[in-house]
Amino acid sequence: MSGVRVLVGTRKGAFVLTSDGKRERWDVNGPHFGGWELYHLKGSPVDPNRLYASQSSGWFGQIIQRSDDGGKTWETPGGEKMPDPYDPPGGMSNNFVYDTSSETGKPLTTHQWYDGTQHPWEFKRVWHIEPSLTDPDTVYAGVEDAALFRSINGGQTWQEVPALRSAKGHLWQPGAGGMCLHTIILDPGDPERIFVAISAAGTFRTDDGGKTWRPVNRGLKSQMELPDPHAEVGHCVHCIAMHPSRPHVLFMQKHWDVMRSDDAGESWHEISGDLPSDFGFPIAVHAHEPDTIYVVPIKSDSEHYPPDGKLRVYRSRTGGNEWEALTKGLPQQNCYLNVLRDAMAVDSLDPCGVYFGTTGGQVYASADSGSTWTSIVRDLPPVLSVEVQALP
Amino acid sequence: MNTIRVVLPAHLRTLARIDGEVALDISGQVTQGSVLDALEVRFPMLRGTIRDQVTKRRRPFIRFFACEQDFSHESPDTPLPEPVARGDEPLLIVGAMAGG
Repeated sequence: MSGVRVLVGTRKGAFVLTSDGKRERWDVNGPHFGGWELYHLKGSPVDPNRLYASQSSGWFGQIIQRSDDGGKTWETPGGEKMPDPYDPPGGMSNNFVYDTSSETGKPLTTHQWYDGTQHPWEFKRVWHIEPSLTDPDTVYAGVEDAALFRSINGGQTWQEVPALRSAKGHLWQPGAGGMCLHTIILDPGDPERIFVAISAAGTFRTDDGGKTWRPVNRGLKSQMELPDPHAEVGHCVHCIAMHPSRPHVLFMQKHWDVMRSDDAGESWHEISGDLPSDFGFPIAVHAHEPDTIYVVPIKSDSEHYPPDGKLRVYRSRTGGNEWEALTKGLPQQNCYLNVLRDAMAVDSLDPCGVYFGTTGGQVYASADSGSTWTSIVRDLPPVLSVEVQALP
Repeated sequence: MNTIRVVLPAHLRTLARIDGEVALDISGQVTQGSVLDALEVRFPMLRGTIRDQVTKRRRPFIRFFACEQDFSHESPDTPLPEPVARGDEPLLIVGAMAGG
């Protein structure tokens, strides 16, 4: 293993951090796309130099960027001037249009709004990009207002996977951060199975490559948000993680509660155990130990900072319920930042590296499965996402 | 054929990989719509950044200025002022002030 590349999305640009396998010294490259929000960057598992990035701005909207050299240079797929006519036409990589066709999209016109009325779907931005496990040109995008899009030409054009919104989409509603599809998990053992998670709608699964979807939220309790204890949708799921060796086991950080499913989402049970707070955003699974998981407890849904001003990652080596605080190298006083849902990742080296970024602009890394931490870069803009690639 | 001048905001110049003004040849009437059509043909990566890809409506925080006037709320089919059509004055595409 020759090195590690960490892809960091921030409120004002993207940064690419690289190191050798020791993960002690880091080079910081960036900002790329300075001044733009980079909600997420992610590399293709089959071609690590193929990266995708979601770039957006309140002024100029959504841009999709692609790199074929590991982030040194970038292009908007299909954005250059082409001979006319050209198929697909240029400049379509940011064209996310909801399916309203009579065959597949006709009933999918509105969702629940804050005042109880129905509201039309309106594209805001791409929150999460998930490249295919087998094809570098196939990539999924989770967007706000919540929907799943797929590109099969390297991001040049996107088509909605519309059946997802028919899974009780009229009952979905925005959370405080917007109605976003933020988690996409492709099952490594079954190319037809995909999990997605939406705030505030819940978890959904397809077993037929996206033709049909159903909510898989049984066991989630959201008493303060949903009075119906058996509500199928409406749950504010913050993040889900899976270990590729056990694709039927899912770990979830919900708005409140850390949850686990051992049957591919058919049922969930709480594993918050002795955490100081079970509110939080990210959750991650150790690369080599499927029952070792990580969360970052946050005080509450209105106090988005760690309890007691101490930044602590909590690790469970028992698949939940029993947690240990990981504090070495992390600030243990006067720390009032947040760690967002897509801002934690693990590498596949041995020992496993764990990484997270903060709204205070630090990226912390541990090269020993979380036991000790160092700040590998600090004073960046607020970090929105962290992904990591182990390079051959 | 008119050659008109367009000034883009810095972030869009970076996206389009250009420096300075853009010169565009427009056949027919010079309007917001015809200028943006020509701009997007020449720089496809700008599609969707100034106006919506489908509805063609101006994005909320984009403004169109020319000859010390704000044309943002004019119809896309309204002719732009003569000095812009002659290329004497540029059409300024501006990111609106936003924030606090």
